[in-house]
Parts: sequence; C-alpha cells; structure tokens
Amino acid sequence: MNTPEVEIRERVRQLLDDDRLPGVLGLRAEHGHVGPHVFNSADDLTALVLEPRYGMALVCQAILDGSPKGRLGVVARGCDERALIEMAKLGQVDLARLVLIGLACSEQQARECMCTRPYPRRIDVGEKVAGVAPGDDARVQQLLAQDVQARLAFWQSEFNRCIKCYGCRNVCPVCICDACVLEEMCWVERGKIPPELPFHLIRAYHIADKCILCGACESACPVDIPLTTLYALSQARLKELFDYEPGLDVTQKSPLTTTLEETPLHEL
Amino acid sequence: MNYRTVLTICPYCGCGCGMYLPVLDGCLGRPIPDKTHPLSQGRLCIKGWSAHEHVASKDRLTKPLVKTQGEFKEVGWDAALDLVAARLLKIREQHGPDSLAFLCSAKCTNEENFLLQKFARAVIGTNNVDHCARL
Repeated sequence: MNTPEVEIRERVRQLLDDDRLPGVLGLRAEHGHVGPHVFNSADDLTALVLEPRYGMALVCQAILDGSPKGRLGVVARGCDERALIEMAKLGQVDLARLVLIGLACSEQQARECMCTRPYPRRIDVGEKVAGVAPGDDARVQQLLAQDVQARLAFWQSEFNRCIKCYGCRNVCPVCICDACVLEEMCWVERGKIPPELPFHLIRAYHIADKCILCGACESACPVDIPLTTLYALSQARLKELFDYEPGLDVTQKSPLTTTLEETPLHEL
Repeated sequence: MNYRTVLTICPYCGCGCGMYLPVLDGCLGRPIPDKTHPLSQGRLCIKGWSAHEHVASKDRLTKPLVKTQGEFKEVGWDAALDLVAARLLKIREQHGPDSLAFLCSAKCTNEENFLLQKFARAVIGTNNVDHCARL
C-alpha cells in the first residue's frame, strides 16, 4: 500500500493533468523547510509533503480573492474543510471554486491536536479514525473539576503571558472582521502588555459559534496559552445548549443568530 | 493567478524568526510563520506579523526629503547626501566627534552594520554606535 503522501501526489496529478485545474494548494518541502505552495505542474509533486499541518483555509481565501474566477484544488484535512465551510457561511470563500482532496488524519495526529473530528466529510486519502472525545482532554477535565474562582485565576495567569502579537487572530480562519475591535483603543490599550482580560474574551465571544477547533491559534502562540482548551470548553457548551457544531454543513446557521427568531430562549 | 510563497527571515531583530511571504500576482500578503523553522517554530511577534505592511504603504518614503523653512521638499540623492555630509562635518568641528551618534539596524545586513560602525569610529571618531533592536 502506498503512503498517504504518494496517494495525495497521485490525486494532485490527476487534478492538474486530467481535470486541468490551474493549481493545487498543498505543502512543499524546499531548502529543508515546509510551507504552503500552489503546485501548477505534475513535475513538481515529489516535493509535496503532508507535515507539519498548516491551516489552508486562509491561504485558499487569499488566492481566490486575488483572482476573480477559476478553480483551485486544495489538500484539506478535516479542520481545513470545517474552516472553509464556516468561511463560506460568512461569505468569505466560494466553495464552488474549490476542489478538496480530503485527507484523514492518523490516530496520533488526532491525539496531538486533541481533535474530535480528524477527517473531512469525503475522505480521498487516509483512514478514518475516531476523534478524541471531548471528555478525554485531561486539561479540560482538570479545569472543570475546579470552581469558578480557581478557573478564573488559571486563565488570568495564562493570559498574563500574552505579548499581544495578534497571532491568534491572524491565523484564525473564522476571525474575519475588516475592522478588528482588538485594534480599538477603547477596548485594548495601546502599548500595554499583557493586555487586560477582555482581549482574550472578546476573541472568545467573537468566535464562540464559529470556532472549528483547528488549533491554529494555539500553535501560533509564542507563549503557549492553551487557547484550544478555552474554545473547546465554549464549543462543548454550544453543543450542549443548542446541539450545534460549526463547520459541518454550509446550510446550517449558527444558533446564536437564529435561536431567538425560531425558538425563543425560554422554550429551550 | 500566480501565487508563490517565499521563504525568508523576519527582518526586524536578531532572533531571526522564519516566515513565508505570500506573493499573489506581485502583491505581498501577510507573512505565514514557518512551522519548520528551528527557532521560531511557527510563531512570530507583532513585528514579524506586520513585516509586510510598509512595503506598499502610502506613507512609505521613497525619495529623500529635506526640511527647509518648516516644509519637506523632495531633493535628489546627491543633494541629500551632500547636505548630510556637510552637517556632520560642521557638528564634529564645532562640538567634537562625541556629539554625534550612529544608529544601525537589525534590518540591515552584517556588512552594512559593519560599515556604519567603521564610519562612526574610523571616519567620524566616536564610539557612539547603537541599534534599533535595543528598543
């Protein structure tokens, strides 16, 4: 059996040669480094690799925005697909212009990301493995066992390390505002590090019904704030209260924008 | 559509974090942190995240300006350099070499920084040399 890498290369080759796609976005190893790259020719595919995991959704958006028409292929893991679905809901990408090569993550990769759904809807390459159940996350369990004051103290000590690089916002596929309130003086004081608690809570509120738990924010954080744990907790509440998970279906609207119209809160 | 990512190093300080600069049809986009860089491992600070902004900024200076009677006026490079040289010499003559200081930059190459300190020490005669990475 071929490795997932070899299988993906073959899929990409098919899209370029047989389906005449102008380009397929994947990862390229060059000069001993790996980064996103658009493959235009089947001749370059030996450089296509699958690790480390980069978020592809924002790169797709930048490319599609810059070229008014034409399709793009993309090697997409489960988190990439969910990010693209959420971005499509928000009018950020046109899914009809994308051709996804669905890549399922391995069990080890799922554990590394504490991913609950380590596969896209259609799997082209790789085997579907069960995700990590939300209850299996030791960090989440540890926090939930504590009272509110202890949890607040925990988060404050984590947020105190923040150097306000804005990396969490910059890599987030569902953080989409053109004018970001985190750059407004009335919310976030300029020149002050660490920022006050609202900095992180504003972001948590803004993505509360959109976060697909890709973990891009946490992996971009220079001071290792466990942001995925924070968002996983809020996603668990969303699931519990509204039975809703972002990123699964482009026609499914967020309960935070529809609930009060369709089902008044007191009926929930 | 021509999309490229160019592997490079953050130009701001001596840490040298790795980043890819995305270029779409000649337009530079926001850096993508290099996850395989041994030092930065996919992380950047605010300076690295903003490293592309000045390139196409409308506030960017592209020509020398000289302030005369409270207003900036565009001049040629020769005129600008003549003015700087004349003023440096005059200040040194009047107040001595230690009345001058030279700021290098982590954004320059080693060779450029070497040249500036050489200029400060050997030509002007002062050890007042510092650099922006101490900000």
